[in-house]
Amino acid sequence: MKIWNWIHKLASPPHFYRMAEFLVPWFMWPAVLLILIGAYGGLVLAPPDYMQGQGFRMIYFHVPSAYLSMLVYVVMAVAAAIGLIWRIKLAHAVAASSASIGASFTVLALVTGMVGGKPMWGAYWVWDARLTSELVLLFLYLGYITLRAAFDEISKADRASGVLAVVGVVNIPIIHFSVVWWNTLHQGPTITKLDNPSITGDMLWPLLAMILGYTLFFVAVLAIRVSGEVLTRESRSRWVGEILRAPGQIGVK
Amino acid sequence: MSYRKIFFAVMRRDLQVAIQRWGDLTSPLMFFAIVTVLFPLAMSPEREVLRGIGPGVLWISALLATLLSLNALFRADIEDGSMEQLVIGPHPLALIMLSKTFVHWLITGLPLIILAPILSVSYYLPASGVKILCLTLLLGTPTLSLLGSVGAALTAGLRQTSGLMALLVLPLMLPVLMFGARATDLAADGFDPTGPVYLLAALLVLAISLVPLASAAAIRISLD
Repeated sequence: MKIWNWIHKLASPPHFYRMAEFLVPWFMWPAVLLILIGAYGGLVLAPPDYMQGQGFRMIYFHVPSAYLSMLVYVVMAVAAAIGLIWRIKLAHAVAASSASIGASFTVLALVTGMVGGKPMWGAYWVWDARLTSELVLLFLYLGYITLRAAFDEISKADRASGVLAVVGVVNIPIIHFSVVWWNTLHQGPTITKLDNPSITGDMLWPLLAMILGYTLFFVAVLAIRVSGEVLTRESRSRWVGEILRAPGQIGVK
Repeated sequence: MSYRKIFFAVMRRDLQVAIQRWGDLTSPLMFFAIVTVLFPLAMSPEREVLRGIGPGVLWISALLATLLSLNALFRADIEDGSMEQLVIGPHPLALIMLSKTFVHWLITGLPLIILAPILSVSYYLPASGVKILCLTLLLGTPTLSLLGSVGAALTAGLRQTSGLMALLVLPLMLPVLMFGARATDLAADGFDPTGPVYLLAALLVLAISLVPLASAAAIRISLD
């Protein structure tokens, strides 16, 4: 019972808004710090790769983006499912705010993958299994965002796009493994960055720092976006009025 | 009413309605035929080229024809109010959706499979390839109809849907396209297509068991 009360309190918009306001700096600053340390470690301290020379350093941006592009979809689908099953409005707000963040990480992963692939493959685009499934993931995000935009009524948009997110998350592994299978059948093994079995410690720790930094950054941005989403959704309620009229806020005349 | 009775009652009713609107039935078929004509005209009428792209072109055309037919999948039922009655009725909605999707496949997917061998002649597909093309279409198009039914149910309440529908369902349909075209390609080149054919069958079983639940949830939301 206690845990249910706690969840309900957490899921109430005013409580969430105050908590997010407090927590954002606690995520944002460590994220910035970790990304700076990871970037320095990856771009300066790590030795050049035996096979790929300096070109491999793109993985310090590519891998975290690709990892988050998938993680965010799962977060979005889980939030949507929670919203559909327990009818928690905050969960829908989380799902709605995740979509554009996830799409941005997907674009980032695609761009860094293309730029990083150029020296290795000799072309910006090859139909490599990872790049292809990343591209499909982008279309899944765009479909979700477009479907949301097509509805006038926000509660309907929440639930319809929620069903799509859940269907999508079931399909992602299927699409991924089909693309891998199709790819292995089609072309010989390409030089892939993560298949390198032995990665030395001074190459690995900056990557881990980047992944953790990106994840914390995602949490911070998500909290900011959900706060904004909650304010828009609850714009007629009293507590939003109080926040906007508080000294130092933009709503003050 | 037993589940089987519900399934067949919905099926009989939908088939009767579909036969009365003959124009809706034939347009995906015509589309399938005309798209396959475009490729030789745009690319090259050479035998080797057509033989190479044939399986892919036939599969893409079948997929697009299915996509084209999706907009009409639930529209008439929603306009005349019968879908609302089914949603508030006591019978399991997922079963009804499965039945409706099955009828959709009967009137759009099945004719494609009958037409495909005739069209494949113009792509110089050998007999072994034609056989597997029909088999993969038989296993793949029901999956396409099922995945499409989710898209159709999600967009049922919206006015402008054609572009949105493609964006929603095409990414989900990609595995079916890949396995179907690849199996046909393998068979036409004289290799063993068993692997992708089995995978297509697995996708079909998965789609039959899970997708109706999603489209039932989607249609409930759309009619809310």
